[in-house]
Amino acid sequence: MNDVSRATAGGPARDAPAIAQGRTAGQRTPLIDGVEKVTGRARYTADLPTGETLVGRILRSPIAHGVIRRIDTAAARSIPGVRAVITGEDFAAPYGVIPIARNEWPLARGKVRHRGEPVAAVAAIDETSAEAALAAIVLDIEPLPAYFSAAAARAADAVQLHENKAGNIEREVDQAFGDVDAGFAAADLVRERTFHYAEVAHGQIELNAAVATYEPERDRLTTQSVTQVPYYLHLTLARCLGMDSSQIRVVKPFVGGGFGHRVEPLNFELVTAALARAAGGTVKIELSREDGFLTHRGRPETDIRLKLGMKKSGAITAVDCEIVQRGGAYGGYGLVTILYAGALLHALYKVAAVRYHGYRVYTNTPPCGAMRGHGAVDARHAFESLLDIMAGELGLDPFAARRANLIVPPYRTLNDLQVNSYGIPDCLDWVEQASGWKTRRGKLPRGRGLGLACSHYVSGSAKPVHWSGEPHAVINLKLDFDGGITILTGAADIGQGSSTLLAQVVAEVLSVPLARIRVIAADSALTPKDNGSYSSRVSFMVGNAAIRAAQEMKRVLVTAAAKRLEVHPEDIEWNGDHCRVAGTDRTLDFAGAVDAALVDTGTLTVKGSWSTPPETQGGKFRGAAVGSTAGFSYAAQVVEVVVDEDTGAVAVERVWVAHDCGFAINPLAVEGQVQGAVWMGMGQALSEETQYHEGLPLRPNMLDYRVPTIVESPPIEVKLVESRDPLGPFGAKEASEGALHSFAPALANAICDAIGIRLTDLPASPDRVLEAIQARKRRERLRASIGVSAQPDPERH
Amino acid sequence: MTKRLLALTVNGRMREDAVAANLLLLDYLRGTAGLTGTKQGCDGGECGACTVLIDGQPRLACITLAAACEGRVVETIESLAIEGRMSRLQQAFHEKLGTQCGFCTPGMIMAAEALLRRNPRPTDADIREALSGNLCRCTGYVKIIESVQAAAGG
Repeated sequence: MNDVSRATAGGPARDAPAIAQGRTAGQRTPLIDGVEKVTGRARYTADLPTGETLVGRILRSPIAHGVIRRIDTAAARSIPGVRAVITGEDFAAPYGVIPIARNEWPLARGKVRHRGEPVAAVAAIDETSAEAALAAIVLDIEPLPAYFSAAAARAADAVQLHENKAGNIEREVDQAFGDVDAGFAAADLVRERTFHYAEVAHGQIELNAAVATYEPERDRLTTQSVTQVPYYLHLTLARCLGMDSSQIRVVKPFVGGGFGHRVEPLNFELVTAALARAAGGTVKIELSREDGFLTHRGRPETDIRLKLGMKKSGAITAVDCEIVQRGGAYGGYGLVTILYAGALLHALYKVAAVRYHGYRVYTNTPPCGAMRGHGAVDARHAFESLLDIMAGELGLDPFAARRANLIVPPYRTLNDLQVNSYGIPDCLDWVEQASGWKTRRGKLPRGRGLGLACSHYVSGSAKPVHWSGEPHAVINLKLDFDGGITILTGAADIGQGSSTLLAQVVAEVLSVPLARIRVIAADSALTPKDNGSYSSRVSFMVGNAAIRAAQEMKRVLVTAAAKRLEVHPEDIEWNGDHCRVAGTDRTLDFAGAVDAALVDTGTLTVKGSWSTPPETQGGKFRGAAVGSTAGFSYAAQVVEVVVDEDTGAVAVERVWVAHDCGFAINPLAVEGQVQGAVWMGMGQALSEETQYHEGLPLRPNMLDYRVPTIVESPPIEVKLVESRDPLGPFGAKEASEGALHSFAPALANAICDAIGIRLTDLPASPDRVLEAIQARKRRERLRASIGVSAQPDPERH
Repeated sequence: MTKRLLALTVNGRMREDAVAANLLLLDYLRGTAGLTGTKQGCDGGECGACTVLIDGQPRLACITLAAACEGRVVETIESLAIEGRMSRLQQAFHEKLGTQCGFCTPGMIMAAEALLRRNPRPTDADIREALSGNLCRCTGYVKIIESVQAAAGG
């Protein structure tokens, strides 16, 4: 059912190691930790054996916005079995993943700003004692006016959530590139539309959990958690607990998905550690699914106003966009999200002029943050929808409208993003052919439709959150007497297969079988620091570092083999298991090469590092770093839908997606990532939305928060387009986010093709679709009653 | 909470444990029996991650009382590999990438195991129906269906 094939697109010359189809890189490779996962042996945080462990519990605010007058913990402390009770006063500093926006305390201090915000925590010998202690804590909170929409929080008389943020604006972005007014004046058609997007959540299946052990005798802390960013967690633990970072160890066990929920340190991780210190032992906190929705950090509720100018050819002459995001109660990644929305809005195409105005707003709802496709998903829907609307009015096929705006690499976008490889042309060609677009579109029965959209995403944010001057990625390779090669990496495999990819890369460079490689990942006592698994950075950045480390290891081994064989290193033909003196039958096996390499030095550890070149780190304007990357992935997809006009139900029948991943180091994993990304886009487009009543989540479970089940999930046919990025490891780029963005607009375009209705409000849940159908009927009746002849419905496109 | 003796078979082994009347089978398996392969992914009956077999039928351990399993045969993910060899389903989920993060995988495989025992040659629709209570957030289900098909012999 799943046709996956590969193509190679033209691209500029590459200085990375050339590889057509490697022995290991480029091969379909099951995950190196897959056996543990299918046998149940994989230990996730909640599964860890921890010895004598206290139960941690968190008390949450019942008030959406208020001043904390008093938290009385005396009664709770006196309950038998209770070992620790802490509040915000037990922390040394506030936190926040962005250094300029640290405005959140692990337990609220001074004010509470959303319902469910942690305010106190206990550690006890068992659940019963812990629950009793929570019940005995007395909260005295004086309510303040609370705001549950961006508009309410921006009202002139609204109380500020944060003292330094007037108007509850966390970040306002005002950017213009090129002559926008001239661009609109030059257009043959100008159209403007507004769009609305519900807030969505990550919904990773593993519940949040953390285990912390504090050794009072040594003032040492070990934390194991579900994090995607062990290094940021490490820094934040030191900061919030007022500890020296050398006294802290952070270990990432198996992690059951993230999708952005865990790309910033989260309150429960800090609370677990603080409880462990207060109790002088080991504390474990396991959160509920509802807790996960209260911790949130998902994609914000968003309003978009978008205006495009277009020539008859389809060429885009100007873009003018305003985006408002309901950011929730705290900063988190918020300012990055609102910048991403503008940065990636137009950089997919060659456009003449752009104006972007963005507002990130503080509200009394759980904080939003990064979610797969960070910042750019809703903007992509608006852009690709309006592109289709205008193409329709100009009589252009949707493919023609995209092809009229293609980039030719190398290219610098208006906002100073560097494009070195660009597989969109091939992506378009494949989805057009595979979907039977030319022969089928416009000829399908009513209720069935096809829609197209394109998208792109970064292969790692070119500037790290914490700018330290260090390389963007560092990896160690260890080789010892046993001949095993151990990769030491801080990169967090959270199911995306990064450890497998790194093993493949090292095996490829060294020409050794995968079985010779071990990966030890994300234990701060053992592995080099890594910025973490976010912005699809690991394949590109850590992959490049791994290539360099392996090249260095190979150099050491070849040099040693040459010495043993008494020839020059350049005379050695390296073949992994054996090396040979060129033109002779003199050989040395791998074990011999290792023995030779260890003489006089002993255990070998080599390092590889990589940084994004300065020209890919964005421009000089404020906010220019966000969106900058060493390599963009690209995708195009066609979605086929069937719409039931009686119920408003939308069924996705098939998806054809072509993704330009540069080079598929592990085609099996790339397909899996692309399918998962498309499907997650489908969830947001079809059925997922959080909902609040006075700040109280109404859907904090996996039944009411409707992610698609296997029953409504379509076949997803994947084509991997390989544009061979000049900077990517073996030409590779990211594979797990780019294809997400284009699903929702392709769906909206398909629904319009099927029933002639343009949905500007997501998700396309049956109630919204039915309402749009009823609204059209009302308009049609009205037109009939006033005698307007059969003019086309302006909402048709 | 008073405890009573629970006798049952878990993964082919007879067990007798003193359990509280309100102890969930999930907590019994993970805590008392130390079988952490069975996962909790929700607050009760939402996601299917805790699917185990009780007398051969797929059941959610998070909404089943341990005490209700008196005299019954419970099978978890840890039971499938025999003498170190993965079952066909496990092999297929591994090789076809039916697992990414792996957290839904034990429940998914146990639900599929129940399906293949009663229907060794399931259709696409059969697979979708049998796994409709098991949520996966990583794969989009495409490779899960391929994995079950592969285990069933293609």
